[in-house]
Amino acid sequence: MTTTTPPALTGTQDVATPVTRAARVRRRLNNPFATGASILIAVLWTIPTFGLFVSSFRPEDEIKTTGWWTAFSSPQFTLDNYQEVLFGRSASSGQLAGYFINSLVITIPSVLFPLAFAALAAYALAWINFKGRDWIYIAVFALQIVPLQMALVPLLSFFSEGVSLGGIELMPAWNLDDQEKFVQVWFAHTCFALPVAVFLLHNFISQLPKDLMEAARVDGATHPKIFRSIVLPLIVPALAAFGIFQFLWVWNDLLVALIFAGGSSEVAPLTVRLAELAGTRANEWQRLTSGAFISIVVPLIVFLSLQRFFVRGLLAGGVKG
Amino acid sequence: MDFADEAPKLLMLLYGLIAFAVVVGGLLVLLDVVPNWFARRREAALVAAAPVDAPAAAGPRPRRRSVANRPEGALALFFLLPTLLLLAIGLVVPAVRTTVLSFMDGNSDNWVGLANYRWMFAQDEILGILTNTLIWVVLVPLVATAIGLVYAVLVDRARFEAVAKALIFMPMAISFVGASIIWKFVYAYRSGEYDQIGLLNQVWVMVGGEPQQWLNNAPLNTLLLIVIMIWIQAGFAMVVLSAAIKAIPGDVVEAARLDGVNPWQMFWQITMPSIRPALIVVVVTVSIATLKVFDIVRTTTNGNFDTGVIANEMYNQAFRFGQTGQGSALAVFLFVLVIPIVIYQVRNLRKQREV
Repeated sequence: MTTTTPPALTGTQDVATPVTRAARVRRRLNNPFATGASILIAVLWTIPTFGLFVSSFRPEDEIKTTGWWTAFSSPQFTLDNYQEVLFGRSASSGQLAGYFINSLVITIPSVLFPLAFAALAAYALAWINFKGRDWIYIAVFALQIVPLQMALVPLLSFFSEGVSLGGIELMPAWNLDDQEKFVQVWFAHTCFALPVAVFLLHNFISQLPKDLMEAARVDGATHPKIFRSIVLPLIVPALAAFGIFQFLWVWNDLLVALIFAGGSSEVAPLTVRLAELAGTRANEWQRLTSGAFISIVVPLIVFLSLQRFFVRGLLAGGVKG
Repeated sequence: MDFADEAPKLLMLLYGLIAFAVVVGGLLVLLDVVPNWFARRREAALVAAAPVDAPAAAGPRPRRRSVANRPEGALALFFLLPTLLLLAIGLVVPAVRTTVLSFMDGNSDNWVGLANYRWMFAQDEILGILTNTLIWVVLVPLVATAIGLVYAVLVDRARFEAVAKALIFMPMAISFVGASIIWKFVYAYRSGEYDQIGLLNQVWVMVGGEPQQWLNNAPLNTLLLIVIMIWIQAGFAMVVLSAAIKAIPGDVVEAARLDGVNPWQMFWQITMPSIRPALIVVVVTVSIATLKVFDIVRTTTNGNFDTGVIANEMYNQAFRFGQTGQGSALAVFLFVLVIPIVIYQVRNLRKQREV
């Protein structure tokens, strides 16, 4: 919009020496307005997180009485907030270490299950010929967009009351207590992840070379064999992309966890606990800042180290809800 | 932290991993066994039908052909079984049930017809919530996409492009809850006689205003919550659009430049038409995410001070007030809002698959 590339040079001289990459870069940097605008946006986008980060290391009474931007004129930093919010004994302190483990326990199986099931399904939808294949694919695709809210109430009652149809019990109530509730969180996350997982992996698997598949078939390989020894190794980047996508989704999720894990310290993940602290202890900034940072740091590391895969996953087009 | 408290959780994780290994491993083994079993049966049938003096060496050939021609429906079913089963139990059947529940009362005992839907459009409070949702869905995709696009164009081929993009993209990795806390801190309020700790109030005081309780004042508070969502989604828009911009063929850009177009024309006549599909994807995706926004509202105001949105109210009605019928009606309404997007996407998909 504000690219002020100088009007193209006229004549043959320009054709003879095509604009090189370096030349373009130079031109861009010559434009102070573009540079200024992009720096402004970058600063605006970074400052809130930076403020939280700085504050989380300041002593309690400093956070509560002075702005974090004053911390640089009279530096006073401490790790007490982290100590307190992670391991503090009192009920008000957060006790986030336990919730951190809950988040891990929830996340790992919730990534693995949909990954495996979706890879199998995506392969079948891409390379096995059967009747109704297109319809199943379109249905799965459409399910991506259906809001989770449509499923929450009945799914919760499946778990707590079982399923019965016309007086016949099809599935008994699960009656899970304490840690066992992890199972229903895994189950819910797996179901909700499948449409987008199948879609992403199908995009990738269906683009594998047809010759390769046919050659394998002619050699007498069965579908399961092709899947295991040819397809799986080739789709590792796609699996990584979806794995990261799903990891961030589950780790950062609040709604599913609130409903299927509840608020108890045995199962609730970090997000649920943080939302609770933000509601009930809204002015305890020393806990909120450090707590928020603890919940942010894992996805941030995953994201920064595997950004390439994640971006690829996004570009393959997921519209999860 | 007491390790004794954590051990049962880790044990559950172990169970989960074992279950994963057993289910997936079992499935793979099953997939191996089933076709072999079919093959052997067919072979047996062939052997039985073949002339007795047929040489044994001829065996593999008919078998090989049969592998290629066998109807594969049964096998595909095994591949698809876990996914279809889980989708049915976890999404399809519940969605149908939610629709049914939306015509029943709070305890799901009696049929009430359309009463829940009438309630939705009669209550001022709920109408306010619907209006808020509309404001969200209009503003977030528009502003987030615009900022993402401008930024993608600005940093395209700049010297620190990778770093510049990572900075804007970073909020995508942060949970909505974390983002809400970050911004709540920006909006924090202390009364006028004290130093401000929130950045917004500090700036506001510096330009001569009275400190405000930003999140308590409607309708401004809804806009401030929308800022959080824009902050998260702009990075997504930027990444997708930036990839689209880079995919514009270099000779097109070069040709335009030779024709002497100015940058403004370049943007509107070359860049915009080329990235149109990506723009649509971004707007659709961000719109859907915005329609279902829940975490931000719940963490910052919990829907108080006239900031409620549909997803948040649905949660409150169904899970806090025990009004299953009204909650379900709100969920169904949310679904109705996305139906046009579903139809549009499915049509696009079918067009793509025909090519």
